[in-house]
Formats: sequence, C-alpha cells, structure tokens
Amino acid sequence: MSRPAYRRPEYQKINKDLFVLTYGALVAQLCKDYEKDEDVNKYLDKMGYGIGTRLIEDFLARSCVRRCHSYSEVTDIIAQVAFKMYLGITPSVTCNNASRNEFSLILDKNPLVDFVEELPAGRSSLCYCNLLCGVIRGALEMVHLSADVSFLQDRLKGDKVTEIGITFLKKLDEKKYRRKK
Amino acid sequence: MADAVLFEFLHTEMVAELWTPDPDPGSGGQKTCPSVLESMGFRVGQALGESISLGPSLPCPALPSPALPSRLPRDTPAFREELDVLKFLCKDLWVAVFQKQMDGLRTNHQGTYVLQDNSFPLLVPMASGLQYLEEAPKFLAFTCGLLCGALHTLGFQSLVTASVAALPACKFQVVIQKP
Repeated sequence: MSRPAYRRPEYQKINKDLFVLTYGALVAQLCKDYEKDEDVNKYLDKMGYGIGTRLIEDFLARSCVRRCHSYSEVTDIIAQVAFKMYLGITPSVTCNNASRNEFSLILDKNPLVDFVEELPAGRSSLCYCNLLCGVIRGALEMVHLSADVSFLQDRLKGDKVTEIGITFLKKLDEKKYRRKK
Repeated sequence: MADAVLFEFLHTEMVAELWTPDPDPGSGGQKTCPSVLESMGFRVGQALGESISLGPSLPCPALPSPALPSRLPRDTPAFREELDVLKFLCKDLWVAVFQKQMDGLRTNHQGTYVLQDNSFPLLVPMASGLQYLEEAPKFLAFTCGLLCGALHTLGFQSLVTASVAALPACKFQVVIQKP
C-alpha cells in the first residue's frame, strides 16, 4: 500500500499534537465527571488498560522484537522500542531490587504534558499521565506477564523527575513459552 | 514520533467509555446540546485550527479553562470567504489530522456544506458496508466537534452533523450560523 505524500513536518507535528490535545481534553472531561483524584486516576488506568490490550498487537506487528527471557529485557524493550515508537522518547531504565522484578522508567521528557504547566488547583493527587500505566499493564497482560504499574514520581506534582514503576508479579512461565514455539 | 495509531486507539476507547445516546432522539433537526465527545472534539479543534492556520504550535491549556476566544481577526484576508475556510478544512486540516484530503465538498452557497469522505480513517478499521451502521455515528461525534471547533477558531459559528450510508464512507454536514 503506497503511503500518501503528506509527510510535511508541520503535519506530523499536528498529528502528535492531536493525540496530546485529545488526551488533555479527556483528562479535563474526567475531572468534570469525577470529584476525587483517585477516581480520575483509576478511570485513566482502566482506559489505558483497554488501549494496551489492543496496542500490543500493533506494537508486535511493527517492531518484530525477539522473545524476551527476563523481566529486564522486557523493560528495556518497553523503554527503548515501545516508548520510542509511539511517543518519540526513550526513558532510562533502572532495576530497583535484587530479585530483578522491580524496575523504574525515568522519563526525562513527556510529550503528554507538552501543554500542561501545572496541575489545576484542588487536583494535587491527579496522576495526569495515568493512562500510560494502564497501557503498559494491559499490553504486558496480553503477553502473559502480570505487573503492577504506577507513577512513583511526577514532575507535575513537584518531584524532580517523572518515574514509572513496573513490578512484575508472576514468574515467566518457561513451559508456556516452549509450547508456543 | 507519536503515530496516528495512538490517536485512533485513544479515540476508540473514548467512544467505548464516554459516548452517551442523544437524550431526545425525537428532536429531529436542531440538536440541543453537544455530547461529551463533541465537546472534547470542539476543544481539540479550536487548538488545532490555530496551529494549522498560524504555523507554529501555540500552547493551549489542556486542563479545564474558560473557552478560548478566537485569536484570528474575522477579516484575515485568506479566510474572508466561507468557502475558503471549508476548503482549508477539507485539505489542510483533514490531511494534518487524517493523512488524507476530504473526497468531496458540495455547497448550496447559502451556508450549508456537505463534506464527503469515502474512506474515513476512524471507520475503516471497523467494517465495510452495512455492518455496524448503527454504531458508526458514535465514531463521528468527536470529529464533528473537531470541525466545529476549528471553524470557531477561524471565526465561524456552525452546526456540524454526520451521517453514514455505508462504512467507511461518511458525510459531514456543516451549517454556518449567521450572527
């Protein structure tokens, strides 16, 4: 299928802005619908989960990644391939514990907050980008990995960095993998 | 860079979670209040209308704020004609947002325009033909708001509705409101 020649740089930017602006409108709408920050956060996570369960297919089709053999590899791929592909950023990865199932993604830049300077008054517990946590969680579940994903630090809340924590909950089932081959 | 696919996924999820049926389906012609999806599309359309027409992207608060006033003076030469604006929407806005131009534009030269898209990207993944015809309007609400918001930024009040005869083709009807 030939690609239309509509790749002028300003149109690509508009395209990225479209997603960021739509996301902002979504958060604004949820803030209208729900008084409590936790409810908005939960809803964003739930929507993200729904997106993640479908995005994973798109990701696997586009990226042709090899099968992973450790949580560390999985996290690297999320940071270096997935984030790069969809958001144009590459968070750095750190491992937080000796059993190597807790990781952090440190986001230096975050395009989702391009147009957001600060959280609105009275919304200090809002995790503005919580959709991302749901997306990661949903995508991982579709490849049989169960994980808790949440924001550990958030620049919008005054922290120095924005940090997403991923805790893998179950061991990768080796037997399942072999059967799939 | 963020792919168009991210917007499509987000849009699909928004439709699934936020679409509400018209409270008064018997209202016939005029719609009384825009749906949630249309309002969101309107906000986005306002911001995009500015970005595209003025060039560099202008910061736009994404969180709750008063409605943005139109920043373009009404007599901006390039857009003095209504038809110019609609052509701009069909070409530049549609290409920027959906990577394709609108396939057809008709008008009665009295403020009503029909924009025809023969393969609307938000409907293409759903089906081809009459399957899901009932569901299709949900996937057009946001875009109706987007058109309305972009027109608002460019100085025009409008009513935008959409109709689908067979997926993935759809028509957007734009009625410019005289002040």
